[in-house]
Amino acid sequence: MSADTLATARPAVELEGITKRFPGVVANHDIRITVRPGTVHAIVGENGAGKSTLMKILYGMQRPDEGTIKVNGEQMAFRTPSDAIAAGIGMVHQHFMLADNFTVLENIVLGAEPRKGLRLDTAAARRRITELAATHGLRVDPDRLVEDLGVGDRQRVEILKVLYRGARILILDEPTAVLVPQEVEELFQNLRELKSEGLTVIFISHKLDEVLDIADEITVIRRGTTVASVDPREVTARRLAELMVGSELPTPETRESTVTDTVALKVAGLTMEAGGHRPVPKGTSVRLYADKLRQDGKRLLLDDVSFEIHKGEILGIAGVEGNGQSELIEAIMGIRQAHGSVELDGRDISSWSTLRRRESGIGYIPEDRHRQGLLLEASLWENRVLGHQTRRPARKGPWIDRKAAKADTERIIGEYDVRTPGVETLALALSGGNQQKLIVGREMSGEPSFLIAAHPTRGVDVGAQAAIWDHLRDARAAGLAVLLISADLDELIGLSDTIQVIYRGRLVAALDPSDITPERLGGYMTGAIAGTEEE
Amino acid sequence: MPAGLNRALLTLAGAVVAIVLAIAVCSVAIVAAGGDPLHALTAFFDFGASERAQSNSVATLFNRAVPLFIAGLAVAVGFRMNLFNIGVEGQYRIAAICAAYVGSTFVAPAPIQIAVIIIVAMVAGGLYALIPAIMKVTRGVNEVIATIMLNYIALNITAYLVRGPFAGTRAEGELTVSTPPLPDSGMFPDLNFLFGWFGMLAPTREGGLWGFLVVAIVLGVVLWVVLERTRFGFDVKASGLNQSAALAAGVNPKRMVIAAMVLSGAIAGLIGLPEILGSTGSFGTTFTSGLGFLGIAVALLGRNKPVGIAVAALLFAFLDRAQGALQFANIPPSVVEIIQGAIVLLVVVANEVTNRFALRLEERRAARQLKVTA
Repeated sequence: MSADTLATARPAVELEGITKRFPGVVANHDIRITVRPGTVHAIVGENGAGKSTLMKILYGMQRPDEGTIKVNGEQMAFRTPSDAIAAGIGMVHQHFMLADNFTVLENIVLGAEPRKGLRLDTAAARRRITELAATHGLRVDPDRLVEDLGVGDRQRVEILKVLYRGARILILDEPTAVLVPQEVEELFQNLRELKSEGLTVIFISHKLDEVLDIADEITVIRRGTTVASVDPREVTARRLAELMVGSELPTPETRESTVTDTVALKVAGLTMEAGGHRPVPKGTSVRLYADKLRQDGKRLLLDDVSFEIHKGEILGIAGVEGNGQSELIEAIMGIRQAHGSVELDGRDISSWSTLRRRESGIGYIPEDRHRQGLLLEASLWENRVLGHQTRRPARKGPWIDRKAAKADTERIIGEYDVRTPGVETLALALSGGNQQKLIVGREMSGEPSFLIAAHPTRGVDVGAQAAIWDHLRDARAAGLAVLLISADLDELIGLSDTIQVIYRGRLVAALDPSDITPERLGGYMTGAIAGTEEE
Repeated sequence: MPAGLNRALLTLAGAVVAIVLAIAVCSVAIVAAGGDPLHALTAFFDFGASERAQSNSVATLFNRAVPLFIAGLAVAVGFRMNLFNIGVEGQYRIAAICAAYVGSTFVAPAPIQIAVIIIVAMVAGGLYALIPAIMKVTRGVNEVIATIMLNYIALNITAYLVRGPFAGTRAEGELTVSTPPLPDSGMFPDLNFLFGWFGMLAPTREGGLWGFLVVAIVLGVVLWVVLERTRFGFDVKASGLNQSAALAAGVNPKRMVIAAMVLSGAIAGLIGLPEILGSTGSFGTTFTSGLGFLGIAVALLGRNKPVGIAVAALLFAFLDRAQGALQFANIPPSVVEIIQGAIVLLVVVANEVTNRFALRLEERRAARQLKVTA
């Protein structure tokens, strides 16, 4: 066994006393990590602990204020990612950076094209890629368009892209966040092969079971600093979790059912065509029109989606991202047009504007808070007004009631524990968790009867996550109907009263969260298992 | 509010640096043109030898600043929600000729006469701006292209109207054409009495200090209130800062585009009135042009805020006024345009830099304060 020789070899990466002062989020402080070559080294920590900042430093995207980086024993001062790439470090980002309308081959060589004269030397590129794919067991078809690939394949393309540039040290930033359990297993198989080829993998995650499964060594980061280095064979998930949060992990379990008989939201036959909304021709029904679209082979973003949510019920929608969740939310909010009907508290709201829907009691926690939820360059109290600009306490006649809005922002800051210097602070100065708590507080204001919560705890720390779960549970107990969309299957299973699986715009299964495992749920989400389980 | 004050001071510092740099750039240009930069600098502050000339210079400065200010406001309304109304130029011409013509067709007591003229100007400007707004919301036509094209159309329509249907009688030997003159009740009272307060002689050139200054100040205050304090202003701000968030918050983007464009056009309609109501009494072939385009520069310089726009308009007017003085000093007056161009470019850069810096500072401050309280 070569373990001894590896142990004596120079470390692939050595970080010494890395400190980065960075406003708004937890800064890195005196980080020390030694990564041995030919291993999978996991870096774990809760969201916002400083993992991403650390990786950006290692990848040359940010420069540390203090500390040294050594790669293969040599001290480095990265100014840009190109410096890091030159030193053999490659990064696979959490969000894929691929051009959809390019083939796999084109994506891989993009920016590092082998040339024959002025033309792209496709033959040489193909040879190199096939060779890389074969040696590392990363099977992909170089001529397929990326837009036709699944998430797992896209990730393999990202990894190949990095290897193609000669990386010997791979950083994977939360690689499993977008994968279903089956795909995770495939990824781990790939990583093990890379390791056996002598490559080094730095694996960032907060999913402890996965980390214990794949890592040879684990470094735990808490509040921006390294708190422990542990051997996965000698540690349990529970112990690791305690190291991460410094206390016990919260669980998202809801207690007894609070579901009532009153229907709060009823969605019937919701159908959305790709490439723009067209009104149903006169004389036909939505159903007939949708049938015709299907026969014509038109792609439907939403295909005859129907469900009911009762007061006091949380309906979870499970699905791999991009299967119609965003379209469903936007159709209910009236942001995008769709066929079919939406009823709120017995009233048909299908033809209402977004504003009127909000005014009549729909709260909306958007999936991307920076895109749809906040005015980053505006103060917190102005963000409190957003979406409530026509209602009390934000409005008084034609005026914005600044005093009342500020006072109510103070209330949210108190009740939802938003950490901020004050209501005049700009939203961009807050950390992700605090921004999200502000949004949750805002959307719960004005006693909504129905709430859309899309990834309500994405990118927030464990403390904020627990608080948001508590607020959702309390509101549910008070009779709120919630449509929950989440990529975190534990959250989905733990909070929901009912789970519906969405796959290619259709609701394909209704499941009981009390007897489903994340693995089985993953099977439904990828279409591997079909049909509805009967309780 | 120390945070707000901080940001304001930073902005100011950025603008000052930009202006100093612009002067440096122009000194190079003046030297290249064979002039003496110091000589030029004194020319800028040379308001004339006699007391009467000095009063006239001051009046000219304000008379120039007022339309620039209104033009800046008109452009800023659109800019605030990322709507580029390049058509202010055309809107104010159409509005000016309509207002001048309608005002000349009847005689009423002064307040009514003037109010009607102002309303006609705002309606005409607003309606002309409605065209690109409707094109944008119904067909997705880019407002920049539509308004630029509409400028050419406006230019030719006004040229036709002033020679054709709206033409007044031309006096013997007169080379220019104009709309019929306004009745006396249509002329805005001047503010020449203000000069007496400062112990200066009343200006005499071009009707002295135009009274429309008062309307411009009121307009600036009202617009500030609308943009900063009302629900409509909030919708404008939200749309400008984050279109998708505004949409998700229930702000109707189409309605906002129409409202902002029409408001911008209505304000643009007022740009020509200081001159018509203060001095010429009619819209003629010598009517001041180019104010709409200068308004874009003024709005940029003033960061789309009424106070900033006022300062920018005064600065531009100050530079413009010096054109005559520069000629006397044997320096090509086009130096002024170089300075204006350089200032706008540099201020845009400075704004971007100070803005980023201010946001960074805000993040740091928040982080620091949290650490103190935690």
